[in-house]
Amino acid sequence: MDSTILLFLLQDGITSGAIYALLGLALVLVFAVTRVILIPQGEFVTFGALTYATLAAGKVPGTTLLALGMGVIAFAFDMIAGRNAMTARKAVRSLAVNILLPLAIWGAATALAGQQNGVAVNFILSIVIVAPIGLYLYRIAYQPIAHASVLVLLIASVGIHLALQGLGLAFFGAEGLRGPAISAAALTIGPLRFTGQSLGIYAITILLIVGLWLLFGYTLYGKALRATAVNRLGARIVGIRTSVSGQFAFLLAAVIGTISGILIVPITTIYYDTGFLIGLKGFVAAIIGGLVSYPLTAIAAIVVGVVEAFSSFYASNFKEVIVFTLLLPFLVLRSLASPEVEEEND
Amino acid sequence: MTQRRAMIIFALVMAALPFIPGMPPFWIVLLDNIGLAALVAMGLVLLTGVGGLTSFGQAAFCGFGAYTTAVLTTAYGFSPWITLPLSLIVAGVAAVILGLITVRLSGHYLPLGTIAWGISLFYLFSKLEFVGRNDGIAGIPALSLGSLQLTDPGKIYFAIWIAVIVCALLTINLLDSRTGRAIRALRRGHIAAEAFGVETARAKLLVFIYAAVLAGLSGWLYAHFQRAVNPTPFGLNASIEYLFIAVVGGAGYVWGAVLGAGIVIVLKEILQSYLPLIFHGNAQLETVVFGILLVVLLQIAPGGMWPKLAALLPFGAREPDPLPADALPPREKIAATSDKLLDIQAARKQFGGVVAVNDVSFDVTAQEIVALIGPNGAGKSTTFNLITGVLRASGGRISVLGHDVGNAPPQDIARLGVARTFQHVKLVPDMSVLENVAIGAHLRGHAGAIASMLRLDRKDEAGLLAEAAKQIARVGLSDQMHQQAGSLSLGQQRIVEIARALCTDPMLLLLDEPAAGLRHMEKQKLSALLRQLRSEGMSVLLVEHDMGFVMDIADRIVVLEFGTRIAQGTPAEVRANPDVIKAYLGAAT
Repeated sequence: MDSTILLFLLQDGITSGAIYALLGLALVLVFAVTRVILIPQGEFVTFGALTYATLAAGKVPGTTLLALGMGVIAFAFDMIAGRNAMTARKAVRSLAVNILLPLAIWGAATALAGQQNGVAVNFILSIVIVAPIGLYLYRIAYQPIAHASVLVLLIASVGIHLALQGLGLAFFGAEGLRGPAISAAALTIGPLRFTGQSLGIYAITILLIVGLWLLFGYTLYGKALRATAVNRLGARIVGIRTSVSGQFAFLLAAVIGTISGILIVPITTIYYDTGFLIGLKGFVAAIIGGLVSYPLTAIAAIVVGVVEAFSSFYASNFKEVIVFTLLLPFLVLRSLASPEVEEEND
Repeated sequence: MTQRRAMIIFALVMAALPFIPGMPPFWIVLLDNIGLAALVAMGLVLLTGVGGLTSFGQAAFCGFGAYTTAVLTTAYGFSPWITLPLSLIVAGVAAVILGLITVRLSGHYLPLGTIAWGISLFYLFSKLEFVGRNDGIAGIPALSLGSLQLTDPGKIYFAIWIAVIVCALLTINLLDSRTGRAIRALRRGHIAAEAFGVETARAKLLVFIYAAVLAGLSGWLYAHFQRAVNPTPFGLNASIEYLFIAVVGGAGYVWGAVLGAGIVIVLKEILQSYLPLIFHGNAQLETVVFGILLVVLLQIAPGGMWPKLAALLPFGAREPDPLPADALPPREKIAATSDKLLDIQAARKQFGGVVAVNDVSFDVTAQEIVALIGPNGAGKSTTFNLITGVLRASGGRISVLGHDVGNAPPQDIARLGVARTFQHVKLVPDMSVLENVAIGAHLRGHAGAIASMLRLDRKDEAGLLAEAAKQIARVGLSDQMHQQAGSLSLGQQRIVEIARALCTDPMLLLLDEPAAGLRHMEKQKLSALLRQLRSEGMSVLLVEHDMGFVMDIADRIVVLEFGTRIAQGTPAEVRANPDVIKAYLGAAT
């Protein structure tokens, strides 16, 4: 085998592995806090990627309107849920988060679109547009059934995935988009050329992983989130607002999804339905990491990326078969290593 | 109205539908699709809703069924009626292979594992040459009965709905049986079921295969209905849709599968035909609306629509009292090689660095009530778990009737005649008291799954239920026999657990805090019951914190503290033991 091809495949695999790692981390995060298996994580990727590409093309992305619409519904949910115990402070907070925030973002997007913005402006604007969608999504779809079984939450996730994917088609059309690279710089070491884009992917992935690790391991808020995951009732008794924890987890997941989307849209064309399969591979990594461990998830994601790169080179027809079959031995090992803990309730 | 009569009415209505004058043929096609989906969803009800194993791969089993008949009828000229059993066998064998891996997966790994092979199989269908890759296989012959060709949707309708109704009947029969109770206990964890001899891994594999065979049947019908197959309907999206159907209909109910199939398929059809009119051809909005409606349905009815509908229907389906039946023969006794019923020699259990049970030795002889007491965290429940095989001892020797049970699984220990209750009640809350108690008699019945489906198990079943009713009467809960176990008070649930343990016809009864949550009168009744059991030849080992109760009833007491035995003897001896006083009251200086 040619060592240049080997190195090239390895590099390719690590780059996509880094993206899968990010998504895997977001899935672990959301599952740990809310017990939701977030199938729509892939939609955050598509929304992020296509919002960024649309902004770069000088147009206002439809996601701004989606954020606005979902904010209004979230506000209505807040008002209905809290109608018997409404205080002025709560009402104002809800109004600010659900109505004023997306209005401001919509205003900013409309004002800035059409100009020749720098990459940084579009990058940040995309995150600001998509992130609140995650927040409202939890409020509208999941919070009312937060106590339902994992199965019901999972099925709700699939419903939301369908709805968001359809909206993606409505906003961005059936044609795929590509966005500008975050950096045009490049670095050549021996036979390998590292583009600024791939270096950016590595840097941002490592930054986010370290950030999450610090957040959950060393801050009170991170520990509160973990407590919610272990025991919702117990967390509420000690004063943790579990609904806010859920919203925060979704917000983070949306941010991570958006960043992943922005990072890959310069490399491959993103269609409205591309996110699903990318998210699923992040999922594979998250599962190998046992839905609990961040470093393991990151390593597993790299392995998935590398396996995918090699199998698409040698047996491209069976690429997906290989990637997903890879999962089974890991699942068996995982199950053997940690025998089932009896759940006291469903 | 009994369920059986309701079913006959349903069958008659379905049979009459195609003969309604002016019935649009398109509606018949819709009903065909509903029936096909209901078959798969019915398997999922058993697998996911009842058994607690979520599968994202059911459509792949439809694929096995459909492709088997497609290949054999087109390439080799087999008759569809010969490929029917072959399709079911292929789906079943695939389920055995995948199931052997999958049912070993625990917790959330299981659904994820099914996603993994579900996707892999889909890609395999679309890449393999002999099943026609993405184009699939066309020109599959129609089903025929003699000269009658079931070519049009109105004719195959009968084949599909006969299959649905027969399968619903078989599934309902299966659930209402010895095997069915074992399956229904799976969702609540395996420890309690295994303590009564249920082979949980085998029960899981059984439902897995059953669900796959139903999916295979649906696939076989689909192939002869469409007369062509391609990979699309066997992918992940289809699998997910089957799960939708089961969950929306009510994942715990067989009829939920049929209702769910109706709701989801009609909903999709309405959206596909009317939304473009409203939104002027924006076809993609149909998935948006469908997704949103699904979430709304789940928010309205997280338990599914069937229970809501069933509440409106006139089902007076109260469980009938068990008929008097021949008394069950006593359990087959295993020859004792020791006069000690239970003999524990230096048993040890370590969790990492923590020694939960530290070289504890004691024994229980025939017709004796022994109490195991000690402060919280003394290792009493851990000792119980070592005896019943839930945990494996790190050292020492535990024998029952002289047989070493150190490495025996819980089922074997149950067979030796050891039955137990749990500190944290482990009943199936949505099953009746009678059914819960009947799980205790699992090892005394013999009917298997197929006999249950065909109702050949009635004699066996009547014996089990009569035994359960007898034990319920013995503990004084006859009035609550048909209530759901979860609706009883905690104290009563503990008593139900005792009845369930008695159903095994045990030599040795292990009771973990049986008196907790009982009122004074109830405790006295429990004491009387335990004395009666002793006089009938049974031995009891109990963990209890109520000292009055223990001192009154126990022949001997073993005291543990921090995993170590600090005293044993008669109640009077233990009461006078300075170490025991120190353990309970602190140092007496």
